[in-house]
Amino acid sequence: MAIVIDKSQRWRVLLAHLFLIALCALVLFPVLMTVSISLRPGNFATGSLIPKEISLEHWRFALGLPVTNADGRVIIPDLPVLRWLWNSVKVASLSAAVAVLLSTTAAYAFSRMKFAGKKAALVGLMLMQMFPTILALIAIHSIFSRLGHTFPLVGIDSPWALVLAYSGGIALHIWTIKGFYETIPGEIEEAATVDGATPWQAFWRVLLPMALPILMVVFLLAFIGAVNEYPVASVLLRSQDQLTMAAGMKQFLYAQKYLWGDFAAAAILSGLPISIVFILVQRWMISGLTSGANKG
Amino acid sequence: MPDALKRFLQPALMILLGLVGLYFITAIYATGESLLAGVMLVTLAAFIWIYSSPKTYAYRYLFPGIGAALIFVVFPMLYTVRIGFTNYSSKNLLTFKRATNYLLEETYRAEGPTYTSTLHAEDGKWRLRLEDAEGVSATLVTEPFLIGPPKPWTIRAEPAATPVMGEEMTLKDLIDHQLFLKGLVVLLPNGGQVRMTGLREFASARALYTLNKDGSLTNNQDQSRLNPNFKTGFYETAGGEAVDPGFQVDIGWKHYVDIFTDEALREPLWKIFIWTLVFSSLTVVFCTSLGMVLAVLLNWENLRFRSVYRLVLFLPYAIPGFISILVFKGLFNNNSGEINLVLSTLFGVKPTWFSDPFLAKTMILIVNTWLGFPYMMIVCMGLIKAIPNDLYEASAVAGAGPLTNFFRITMPLVLKPLTPLLISSFAFNFNNFVLISLLTGGLPDFLNTATPAGTTDILVSYTYRMAFQDSGQKFGLGAAISTVVFLLVAAISIIQIRATRIAEDTKR
Repeated sequence: MAIVIDKSQRWRVLLAHLFLIALCALVLFPVLMTVSISLRPGNFATGSLIPKEISLEHWRFALGLPVTNADGRVIIPDLPVLRWLWNSVKVASLSAAVAVLLSTTAAYAFSRMKFAGKKAALVGLMLMQMFPTILALIAIHSIFSRLGHTFPLVGIDSPWALVLAYSGGIALHIWTIKGFYETIPGEIEEAATVDGATPWQAFWRVLLPMALPILMVVFLLAFIGAVNEYPVASVLLRSQDQLTMAAGMKQFLYAQKYLWGDFAAAAILSGLPISIVFILVQRWMISGLTSGANKG
Repeated sequence: MPDALKRFLQPALMILLGLVGLYFITAIYATGESLLAGVMLVTLAAFIWIYSSPKTYAYRYLFPGIGAALIFVVFPMLYTVRIGFTNYSSKNLLTFKRATNYLLEETYRAEGPTYTSTLHAEDGKWRLRLEDAEGVSATLVTEPFLIGPPKPWTIRAEPAATPVMGEEMTLKDLIDHQLFLKGLVVLLPNGGQVRMTGLREFASARALYTLNKDGSLTNNQDQSRLNPNFKTGFYETAGGEAVDPGFQVDIGWKHYVDIFTDEALREPLWKIFIWTLVFSSLTVVFCTSLGMVLAVLLNWENLRFRSVYRLVLFLPYAIPGFISILVFKGLFNNNSGEINLVLSTLFGVKPTWFSDPFLAKTMILIVNTWLGFPYMMIVCMGLIKAIPNDLYEASAVAGAGPLTNFFRITMPLVLKPLTPLLISSFAFNFNNFVLISLLTGGLPDFLNTATPAGTTDILVSYTYRMAFQDSGQKFGLGAAISTVVFLLVAAISIIQIRATRIAEDTKR
């Protein structure tokens, strides 16, 4: 569009920039505030948005190191942030691995095989995704608390219970992987089959190595999903040492015990890596979401 | 031979797996979880059939994934519906079987000696030492034993030849292993037996109840009878008095009748429902309008630094929700929050974001718009790119301004393919439990309600509070409300599928 830039146009560009800059400021405000709060001494200090003096006490607290108070008392951090982070990583890695394992084979059947009920199963998976887990929370709690009476390994407070509870939410992953398989021409596997490979070998030796990138993406998406999951984790995990980051974080901001500065440090500590991973994988996710919208 | 071996190995492995599975299912059934055991039995049968029949080859690839989805997603949903018809709550927590067993394990102190008990370590095992509280008979000691999971068991105690010297178990460990020790019956040299009657006391104790053939329980202390009442879910005395613990029974449609007729429940529920609708529709409106305007701006070729803006504006979507919501909770804090600090410096006002219902709702909408607009922005950017450029060229020839372009070309062309996404966004926010729970927790509460209900509660956070935060743990009622929400979500889904179809048809 080769349109001459006139005066009104210039005004419009300026206005657009002002609007966007104001909005960016609103978006960045909480982020920068969190950084500033984590470096500012004291949990109640107000009066300045930019810290006048830098203090690392909150970062020491988040990392579980003893903190010396202003009046000389030594405080041992009582919220095990690193432990929660480790629990999150543990549960999320396990459940992401399970999600990849379960969805990759199912996606193979959906994209390459003919069987009765294929269309119904695909629609069913999509429908299932519409009902949020939160609606079944009471049942999930009841199932795992009762299972725990017989098998404590998968009861309340066990990370394995959480992994099991997450393992069913793979509908979206199946769709993502299936979409990727369909971009790979089936002739390659057919050639392998002609050479005497069984369908399993064609899948395992031929298709899967080519699909590694998408499996990586699904792994990361499932990982982020599990780290960010709050409702099920908050119901299934009760004891302080077993909590994940998502389930434990709110303990910083109880009215009786308000650890604003320590919270900020812990938030950056756990949020930064997740956000970076998310920005790296988001374009696959966005393309999956919009293609889902167009294809239905 | 490898072929023959394979032919033998496969069925053998299958049978082994089947047996292991059956063992676990029996164990689950024995705890009274017949529904779960049934689901697992069906799954096991399907597993064996699918992996042994050549006809079901394709399903072998599907089974693990679909099976997990059925057991951990579909089954809990059906089970929620099921719980909605029961009185499952903190008062009626146990299954009938477990409640009966609980009562049968109750003991009372019978005539006989009382012993002060201590546990002493010995090579990783423990010895129980019983000292006669009145000092009449000799001190008794058991053989060393291991502490394990709770179970009923017996052990002999003999007069101690040498005094036990091992370190005594701490009170904390004693409390931790209490359940295990409660299952212990100590046989005395004179033929009597004692059980644990206190943390540091063993005494002659007898079972309080005996199970009769007709299912009633006889109290061994006063010979009265308890009859199970399957209407109320309690064992009851002849006088109709309920004895704890209660058990779970079906109560039919009672919760649903309560939801729609009980005034104390219906009124807050109706208000919460209205707020849920308002909250999710306004969120969708705000996020979409902001997102769409930004998408238009970021697609405008005359604007510089577009990729920088895009990256910054995408940030809220990348930061984990539980973190940004809690950050806002702190920033909005009435007294020490940074937002009120800025507002009071600039305008001299300090809004009470968390104690005034209207302000709390405003805050929720602000935060949710902050969280949600980047998604709409990204989606709209993709859709706007798909609009053919000659439409704008034609409108430029006709002399139309940017506003006309936006309202006459961009918006109508984007809205149609966007509709299914708008509906799913509505459905998502309809159940946006994380936001409400972490930001306000539903507070401030309504005054004068039977169960605590918040002015900012949405339906799902209300059921969560009902089930997991009130002292009552009203699982049954919570599940019934969840079931109603299921139906609402199902209705929204049907509308969405329709809208998707329309969006597709117009595309062709």
